[in-house]
Amino acid sequence: MGWELYVLKAVAVLLIFGGVLSVVPFLVFFERKISAFIQDRVGPNRVGLAGPDSLLEAFGFRKGTRRVLGGWLQPLADVIKLFTKEALIPAHADRPLYLLAPLFAVLPPLLAFVVIPVGQDIVVSSGVLVKLQVADLHVGILFVLAVASLSAYGLAFGGWASNSKFPLLGGVRAMAQMVSYEVGMVLVILALVMSYDSVSLRDMVSRQAAGGTLLGIWDCDGDWIWGWGLFHQPLAFVLFAICALAENNRLPFDLPECESELVGGYHTEYSSMGFGMFFQGEYIAMMAMGGLLATMFLGGWHYPGYAWLNASDSLLVHLLAALIGLAVFGVKMLGFVFFAMWVRWTLPRFRWDQLMRVGWKGIIPLALANLVLTAALNLPAPAPAHEKPDRNLTAVTRDR
Amino acid sequence: MAMRGLTMGGALDFTPEVFGAVLYIVLAVAMAVAVLGLVQIATRCFGKRLGIDATKRGKYEPYECGVPLLGSARERYAIRFYLVALFFVLFDIEVVFLLPYAVAYKTLGREGFFEVLAFVAVLAVGLLYILKRRALEWD
Repeated sequence: MGWELYVLKAVAVLLIFGGVLSVVPFLVFFERKISAFIQDRVGPNRVGLAGPDSLLEAFGFRKGTRRVLGGWLQPLADVIKLFTKEALIPAHADRPLYLLAPLFAVLPPLLAFVVIPVGQDIVVSSGVLVKLQVADLHVGILFVLAVASLSAYGLAFGGWASNSKFPLLGGVRAMAQMVSYEVGMVLVILALVMSYDSVSLRDMVSRQAAGGTLLGIWDCDGDWIWGWGLFHQPLAFVLFAICALAENNRLPFDLPECESELVGGYHTEYSSMGFGMFFQGEYIAMMAMGGLLATMFLGGWHYPGYAWLNASDSLLVHLLAALIGLAVFGVKMLGFVFFAMWVRWTLPRFRWDQLMRVGWKGIIPLALANLVLTAALNLPAPAPAHEKPDRNLTAVTRDR
Repeated sequence: MAMRGLTMGGALDFTPEVFGAVLYIVLAVAMAVAVLGLVQIATRCFGKRLGIDATKRGKYEPYECGVPLLGSARERYAIRFYLVALFFVLFDIEVVFLLPYAVAYKTLGREGFFEVLAFVAVLAVGLLYILKRRALEWD
């Protein structure tokens, strides 16, 4: 007994790692397709197999070129193209940092998935329990915060080491932007830690699945979606979504890499997979932020009917419930990615002073207020006859 | 059962969880290093055969919108970026101090709450001061 747990964990790790990496090229494809849809274009539709182009054609409703999966093999073609490009190092680049920067761009968001639970526990037999999570670390969300902030180094190194003017500007902007929004994001997360009374992302999901009093205002049962953090920390939800876009350098916060003035910013001088890593890092970061958002606000893998399905004794139903949970988590996570793409192709870019104003005058004060409010609302009722009750505090904690 | 391979004063067993985290981190680093190394090595080894001419210096010059290179890229940049970094350090320390409170606020009760309120108020005054001195105005 014992080694099976390690084998099962290895399988889970490989599945999560492989899953994250294999979704990325398709996200690029979807971004191109979605942008095309928003701008009333067709988008990539060439690279594919021979056969009907769409369902409409497959069933004979529309005539067209015989092409199966038109465009769906575009990600594959992109990967092959990036791998076969010359990996050049600019003449005056700072070589060690130049080569290190893509690592720092791709690894931090990838490592964020270590603590994000992608599904419920599967009890294979008594005592053998598979957690659909790379590692249930005690530090939970702190691990994400510690690791994810390293990605600022990737952008800063990339911008500085290229020894070129546009990347330098992009790198400096990226640093200032990411540190500005990180403070707000951590403050938002602290309020959630208070609400859930735990730093473990697993505990957060189970608290949302169980329902109960999360904010001290109203009780809810976990059967339906009312236990989700979204309904208990609405302000935190909005702030976190904004910070997530800013941390990922996505529009309307994409000043570090705005194509029209900085030619791509910090990765201007990168070619081949060096550029590919920056690109991959951006999409993995979007997924990681989506995963965090889903875990902390949208109930993670929880879905209505989850308790009912898991009440069954059958292992098959149990596995089915876990599978549905996995799919639900994927939909929530990719839902945020879709939201980010939607925003990108809808909103114009901020000006730099507006960006800083939103960060320091908007997000940080609001997040601080949210933190204090959460603490005030969640404080346990004062012990009777301990001391004279404070008027304001009793007003907000009266319900408890 | 427990392989005590990764112990920190006996506090951290090499449980399946730690194993999973280590495996994932090793996989991720190995993947990234392998991919980046592969393209670099392939360029070095097969570049010449594929027609890459390293004597064409223009290709290796930094991007300058197609005009000849003008000046150094080690430019000076606005002092405000430095200020932002300083403010970040201050506020991040604040967050670090708030973190233990967020974990233990229920046991600390109302006394703890008012103490933290005072702490946050001091920092809020600091933020107000920063804004009042127009240190975050970009014009």
